[in-house]
Amino acid sequence: MSFAYPGGIDCDIHPAVPSLQALLPYLDEHWREQVAVRGMDELASIAYPANSPLTARPDWKPAKGPAGADLVRLRREALDPFATSLAICNCLYGVQLLFSEDMAAAFARAVNDWMAKEWLDRDPRLRASIVVPPQSVERAVDEIERCAKDSRFVQVLLLVMGDQPLGKRHYWPIYAAAERHGLTIGIHAGSAYHNPPTPVGWPSYYTEDYVGQAQAFQSQLTSLICEGVFNRYPNLKVALLESGFTWLPAHLWRLTKYWRGLRMEIPWVDRAPTDIVRSNVRLSLQPVDGPPTSTKEGRDSLLRIIDHLQSDELLLFSTDYPHWQFDGNAVLPEGLPPDLIRKIMIDNPLATYSRLALTAAKEPVR
Amino acid sequence: MSRHVVAAARDIPPGGRKLVTVRGRPIAVFNLGGAYYGLLNRCPHQGGSLCEGVLTGLLQAPRPGEYVYSRKGEILRCPWHGWEFDIRTGQSYCDPERIRTRAYPVEVAAGQTVVEGPYVAETIAVTVEEDYVVVDV
Repeated sequence: MSFAYPGGIDCDIHPAVPSLQALLPYLDEHWREQVAVRGMDELASIAYPANSPLTARPDWKPAKGPAGADLVRLRREALDPFATSLAICNCLYGVQLLFSEDMAAAFARAVNDWMAKEWLDRDPRLRASIVVPPQSVERAVDEIERCAKDSRFVQVLLLVMGDQPLGKRHYWPIYAAAERHGLTIGIHAGSAYHNPPTPVGWPSYYTEDYVGQAQAFQSQLTSLICEGVFNRYPNLKVALLESGFTWLPAHLWRLTKYWRGLRMEIPWVDRAPTDIVRSNVRLSLQPVDGPPTSTKEGRDSLLRIIDHLQSDELLLFSTDYPHWQFDGNAVLPEGLPPDLIRKIMIDNPLATYSRLALTAAKEPVR
Repeated sequence: MSRHVVAAARDIPPGGRKLVTVRGRPIAVFNLGGAYYGLLNRCPHQGGSLCEGVLTGLLQAPRPGEYVYSRKGEILRCPWHGWEFDIRTGQSYCDPERIRTRAYPVEVAAGQTVVEGPYVAETIAVTVEEDYVVVDV
């Protein structure tokens, strides 16, 4: 199925740092020298191994280097085919994996400045998430304050697996800063690998790692709700990115069921978790982890799952470019009603990312 | 609605409770510091016996980490899954409009008036000297 929706807002694309060399101009002198003196290689994460089929769709994979590193190709492959008006860049680089908070802060800063100069300045359709060093909450807040002056930054990017559950009060200054500046908190698939990527220990295979992301999203969502993040920061929006979404109804049934009997230990949670998710949490479309929609049976099954979300405001259009989640232009499952498509493509992203309204695209959509 | 004598007042002292049956309905009667409350003895969730539940206070929090405790003894927790019910209204904490157990008015009547009627005292022998717990069903 071919698909283009003029004005659509893609909430998850991944421009790639072509190599560590590309960041050198954006590092201060000390760190630039350290890269050479220490013989530092790429800050590559095993979250997306270079040759894994998931990491780059075959027709989006360049002969050399990482997919998503070239703006011309990104325009041609991610923006133009879908008539996208705005796209939010989530740069996945190894910043969160470092154990030195100083080094992490230096590289976060470099990635953000590189993003602004090499991408945002060169295409008016692009917006970005602020990469922060969650290794140091204080430095993460500093980076948010620094980048928030540029209204093209619309979100703060965290990985779904870091050092601690994200609801912990330790992280709250990050949420306070985000709420203060109208920034969404984007929690993206991936791990700092400071903990095993599954709750049962270290798996053997990449398949286990990637599939297990959904459990990590469940745990983070539970943590954010139970610790009272949305009670303390009621205007905060959290977007779960590359999380899948078909697990959500079952997880919320479970969480709400046990909240009814256990809520006395978290008395600030004064609404059912289902209601909190509806007001504060959103999820990106791709990967669609539902049944294939090439048959009527599949389409009906997916619509039932979406019906279980009990809201048409939760899903955000995303291609997850250049990750291989679909072929051709078939970014939307078949059989979705037109009203829901309109919400997914435009209304929901605008409601989730308040900063998108601050910066209208300077050029008409190509 | 009819008024049923279910116990002598001294049989349910302050802090006490008693499971009674009125017109076939199991009703848990509680005495909180001299005030009496009656709830249908069936949790709307899975049917747990509310008469065996723990009475707690109402715990609320204006902000995470700030615990506000009030209404000591007025919240009944089902012994099975811990769902909380307001002993005065039978409403649940989690979904007060939709999930509730039936609450019955309970009061104390002097033996003299009980003897005169129109109370129903099927299983309780009544004398004028005693006070009685009366449930409206």
